Amino acid sequence: MRHVISVLVDNEPGVLSRISGLFSGRGFNIESLNVAETLDSSISRMTLVTRGNDQIIEQIIKQLNKLVNVIKVLDLTGSDYVEREMALIKVTAEATSRAEVLRMVDIFRGRVVDVSLKSYTLEITGDEKKIQAAIDLLTPIGIMEIVRTGKVAIARAKKDGANSGEAREKDIEHQATVKKRNTFAL
Amino acid sequence: MLNTDPRAGGGKILKKTGAEIFIECLKMEGVDTIFGFPGGAVLSLYDSLLKYTEEIRHILVRHEQGAVHAADGYARSSGKVGVCLVTSGPGATNAVTGIATAYMDSVPLLVFTGQVPTMLIGNDAFQEADIVGITRPCTKHNYLVKDVKDLALVIKQAFHLARTGRPGPILVDLPKDVVADTAEFSYPSKIKMRSYNPTYQGHPGQIKRAVKLIAKAKKPLIYAGGGVILSNASKELTALAQKLAIPVTNTLMGLGSFPGTSPLFLGMLGMHGTFQANMAVTHCDALIAVGARFDDRVTGKVEKFSPHSQKIHIDIDPTSISKNVQVDIPIVGDAKSVLKSMLKVIEEEPAQDWPRMRAEWLKQITEWAQTSPLNYKSGSSIKPQFVIKKINEITREINGDEFIITTEVGQNQMWTAQFFTFTRPRTLITSGGLGTMGYGFPAAIGAQVAHPGKTVIDIAGDGSFQMNIQELATAVQYKLPVKVAVLNNHCLGMVRQWQQLFCDQRYSHTIFEVMPDFVKLAEAYGAVGLRATRPGEVEPVIREALSIRRPVVMDFVVDRDECVYPMVPAGAALTEMLLV
Repeated sequence: MRHVISVLVDNEPGVLSRISGLFSGRGFNIESLNVAETLDSSISRMTLVTRGNDQIIEQIIKQLNKLVNVIKVLDLTGSDYVEREMALIKVTAEATSRAEVLRMVDIFRGRVVDVSLKSYTLEITGDEKKIQAAIDLLTPIGIMEIVRTGKVAIARAKKDGANSGEAREKDIEHQATVKKRNTFAL
Repeated sequence: MLNTDPRAGGGKILKKTGAEIFIECLKMEGVDTIFGFPGGAVLSLYDSLLKYTEEIRHILVRHEQGAVHAADGYARSSGKVGVCLVTSGPGATNAVTGIATAYMDSVPLLVFTGQVPTMLIGNDAFQEADIVGITRPCTKHNYLVKDVKDLALVIKQAFHLARTGRPGPILVDLPKDVVADTAEFSYPSKIKMRSYNPTYQGHPGQIKRAVKLIAKAKKPLIYAGGGVILSNASKELTALAQKLAIPVTNTLMGLGSFPGTSPLFLGMLGMHGTFQANMAVTHCDALIAVGARFDDRVTGKVEKFSPHSQKIHIDIDPTSISKNVQVDIPIVGDAKSVLKSMLKVIEEEPAQDWPRMRAEWLKQITEWAQTSPLNYKSGSSIKPQFVIKKINEITREINGDEFIITTEVGQNQMWTAQFFTFTRPRTLITSGGLGTMGYGFPAAIGAQVAHPGKTVIDIAGDGSFQMNIQELATAVQYKLPVKVAVLNNHCLGMVRQWQQLFCDQRYSHTIFEVMPDFVKLAEAYGAVGLRATRPGEVEPVIREALSIRRPVVMDFVVDRDECVYPMVPAGAALTEMLLV
């Protein structure tokens, strides 16, 4: 099954390679991996998309937690979360197809970020299905180049306002201890 | 970026060079011995060492692999953190096998490697290797120190990581300019790492469930591994087994954690385990795994491993739990603390007549033990098992419990596990996880350094011994009276055995056509060499070796074709044993 795992790590050189090395060394699979700093510049967040049965996912989470630079591991799959990916797509735009491309941009609520006499570069954001649909529909027109970010994901805030995303990030230390304890106990 | 302010713990502020800070940190950690080999990148570290010869003893090995194995043997035999220092590039890469060995067996080690100056890192400089990259998968954690101001904190963290939680080797890479630079020195007295909080106390609810399961089990079995020794939990393990009359089997790493003389002891389980241990683990109804990790050499075919049991697994490392075998009651925690809590819960329960409850199960085990006891056929040549039995007998007679046995890897190791009786923890030192040939001799040197008064014997094969034989010079130089018992079968016995059993006796590259004269070789190094070629010479050779306070190599010319039995072929179920 596909799992989206969010990992908070120390923002230090070599941490990415510890994580990717763990996956390659133990034969776990990575579909996409995304890293950037959080509000706290000493912490980075990685969003990993991986596949495996329950036992493998359990191992992945435990092995990630075991790394000294990992502060917190959260498996978003199964909880309520928002997932997004961005694609930059350079599409052929000859006189005959220029209008059609712009219509597509509209339909997918994308944007044109670069233009030339023979091409448009489009920015499209959405979940995996939406990006795939855009690619499928643009392919017949002619895709010259494509760059995708990989997924980022965030847990949805409780609707009563308590325990919002930011609050959680600020309270990382406490959360990390609790989370680790929970994973360890059972 | 480091997480903690180095001055958080207070202390005096003094300006020192990185090299001096390094040594001050070691002193603060109570390190009095390090193993190492100098080189260009660690020149200033070695220069400072000269000023502290009174406080820190440096053992000069002859190969960096030997330094790490010796520090490892020192750590396993004493429970302290083993420390070594090697130079950059080849010095560091030579240390890798030692580091991987310690990692697989969870040994607390600190390996300091020299590195080229920071401005040259990445330039393919002379003797440069990305050792932090190379050792990332075989250390618990590693560091490259880029600023002398971070040095004290990194060393403090490194010691903390090495010895807490599931112990392991930590590597600290020290660029030449960082060590030469100066900084104010203060050693943090406390350490707190936001992302590292190992769990020591077991979950009380899980402990109660475990006790309940054990109490109602008719055929329980304890399967104890190296974790029991690492957490010094032998006393608690023995108390639990004896109080509830539960039989105990050990993994290779666990040998010594439970008295081998106890009637409840079944010997080692697994590929070369005893008949009764493998039968018991297959037929038990409750399996209590303590500090063991269901390694493939223990389980055989996983699907058929202990199929009728409910499983309790006590381990400090959550990743060990349900990795290979799904367990019913996992307890994450330190073996000593968890076993103590279990004993307390048992005390509170109404007392039962445990020995009577288990009588039938114990009788069944005794029957298995009699069906196929460990055995070998005697002949006119020396049998390796006979040598080990004799060493066992004679060391016990002369030294009581004051001995440490190390082994190499292969047949010598398995026969030692089978035919030597270990009664105390930290008396068997062997490379279990990685299976490193060449480990035993330098590890014996390290153990001897930690325990000058004890008899330390490396039970070796002729193949393994030759892999780190250069350390004879180290043993002679430091007057370490280590004894090496070479079970010399002129071949790589374990591989030869597999070829005999699984390759239709095609002995591809396992028979040595050229063999050094170990007696002359020992003498050339300034050690003593003794040889036995007939069974009658075995005992006199052992007695003579044990009476000499110098390094001795005993060359036992043994039967080439002897195999280790029982044997469970790789991938087979534990009940599919090949017997003698």
